[in-house]
Amino acid sequence: MSKVAIVGIGMHEFGRTEGVSGMDQGVIAVRRALADCGTQWSDMQFAVGGSMDGGAADTMVSRVGLTGLPFTNVVNGCATGGTALAQAVNTIESGAADVGIAIGFDKHEPGAFRIRGPRGKDWYGGSGLALTTQFFGMKITRYMHDYGITQQTLARVASKAFRNGSLNPMAWRRKPLSEQEVLDSLMLSYPLTQYMFCSPGEGGVAMIVCRADRAKEYTDRPVFLQAAAVRTRKFGSFEVLAPSISIERDPGPTAAASRAAFEMAGIGPEDVDVAQLQDTEAGAEIMHMAENGFCEHGEQEEMIANGETEITGRLPVNTDGGCLANGEPIGASGLRQVYENVLQLRGDAGERQVPNEPKVAYTHVYGAPGISGVTILSR
Amino acid sequence: MSTTVAVADGIFSIEDGRPKLLGSRCTNCGNHMFPRQSGCPKCMFDQQEDVELATTGTLWTWTVQAFPPKSPPYLGPTGDDFVPYGVGYVELPGQLRVEARLTESDPDKLVIGMEMELVLEPLCIDEDGNQVVTYAFAPSTSSEGASS
Repeated sequence: MSKVAIVGIGMHEFGRTEGVSGMDQGVIAVRRALADCGTQWSDMQFAVGGSMDGGAADTMVSRVGLTGLPFTNVVNGCATGGTALAQAVNTIESGAADVGIAIGFDKHEPGAFRIRGPRGKDWYGGSGLALTTQFFGMKITRYMHDYGITQQTLARVASKAFRNGSLNPMAWRRKPLSEQEVLDSLMLSYPLTQYMFCSPGEGGVAMIVCRADRAKEYTDRPVFLQAAAVRTRKFGSFEVLAPSISIERDPGPTAAASRAAFEMAGIGPEDVDVAQLQDTEAGAEIMHMAENGFCEHGEQEEMIANGETEITGRLPVNTDGGCLANGEPIGASGLRQVYENVLQLRGDAGERQVPNEPKVAYTHVYGAPGISGVTILSR
Repeated sequence: MSTTVAVADGIFSIEDGRPKLLGSRCTNCGNHMFPRQSGCPKCMFDQQEDVELATTGTLWTWTVQAFPPKSPPYLGPTGDDFVPYGVGYVELPGQLRVEARLTESDPDKLVIGMEMELVLEPLCIDEDGNQVVTYAFAPSTSSEGASS
C-alpha cells in the first residue's frame, strides 16, 4: 500500500515566455499547485526544488512566503525534477512530515546546451565533442545497426509527439508535423533531424505530496505514488558526454531504475496503462521502451508501425507530446511527466485523454552523466 | 612554419606528426581508462599505471556533427567557416572504446566495423601563431573498403 499521495499539481506553460524568468515560472507553478488542492504555502511543512539555469530554488521563498520551512535544493541533471519528487516522497515516508511540495523550473538559452570544462584544459569542448546531441546520434546509430530500427520509425515517433502536443494547451510545439516533414528537416546529428530532437526550453511544475491516509483532506481525486526510484550508471553503460567507454556492456541506469521501481510497486510492465518516457530525441523514446521493460529490443519497429504507442494504442507513450513537443527545461522536465500522468489518472487530460480510465501510469527521465529516474503512479 | 601544439596537455602525445592517446590501466583488474585517471570505476582500486593506447581500432558507432558547436568552448571554425565532422567511438581491441572526431563526415562512407587509425586534426591557430590540434580517427589507409 502506497504511503504517499500527490494531491495538487501546477504547471507554467512550457516553451518560450518572454519577460518571465525561470524562477517566476516556478512560482506560478507553485501557486497553481496550491490552488489545485485548495491549500496554502503556509501549510507546506517542507519543500524540495531544483533548477539548472533558473537560480537556486529555495530563494523563491521571498516571493511565495517566508514561513521558515526547510527547503532543499536538488540539482541532478535531467533527473532534477524526478529527484526532487523522490526526495519529497522519502521525506513523507520517513515520517518527518505530513505534507510538502516538489518544485522544478528552468529557462535555458536557445540551441544545444553549452557544456564547458575547466578553463585552459577544456580539450573535450575545444575539440567539438561536448555536445549531448552527438551521444544521441551515436547511441541510436548503434541501436539501429543492432536491432533493425529504421529512420522511418524515428520519424513516426516525432510525428506522434507533435500530434499529441497539438492536443496539449501547455505544450510548446503544437503544430502537427508529418513523417515526411520530420525526415526532410535539417540533419543535425545523423541519423537525427531537427524535428527528431527536443530543444532546451522553459517551464515550471510543482506538486503537493502528502501522507496517503490524509489525501482526502486535500482532494477527492488523489493519485498514489507506488514507486519513485533514481539510479546512476554502472560500469559498462554507454552514457552521454563520455570520452571513453568500456568494451564490457551494462544495460544502463534506465533498466536499473525501472527494475527497482517495478519491484517497489509490486507490479510489472504489463500492468502499465500509460507511460511518459524520456524522448530527448525520437530514438531515445524507442530505446527507452525496451530499457524500461515494455518490449524486447527490436520489437519497437513493429509496435510503432502498428500504432501501439498512440494515445488509443495498447501502451500510450508520451501522451502530452513528450520532450519533443514540450522542450526540455531541465529542472521541470521530469515533473512534467508526472503532471501529465496525474491528469491522465484523474481523467482530466481532455482531448488527449487515454481511453478506458487508466489506472497505472509510469514516468522515466534520463540525462547526463548517466542518471535515470522512474515513478509509478496509480489511482 | 608554425609549431603544432596539442589542444591540452595530458590527453595525447605527438610523435612524428602522429598522436598517441594517453590512458591508464588499473594495476588490479587491468581495466583501461581514457583520459588518465586515478581510481578504477570497475574494481574501485586506486592504483593505476600510465599506458599509451592502441592507435588503430574499429568503428563501433558514429554520427556527424552537422551544425557549428557553440564557441566557446569549441575551438574549430564556426559560422560560415564551419565544416561538418564525424564523431564516433572507436574500439581499441582489448582496451576500451574511445570517443573521437572522425576525419570522414559523409554518412555513406561511415560503416560500423570499419578499420580506423589515429591522426592529428587541426582546430585553430592560437594567439602565438601555433597550430592547435586534437586527435581524430581516419579510415585506415592500409585497408580501404573494410567491411562491417
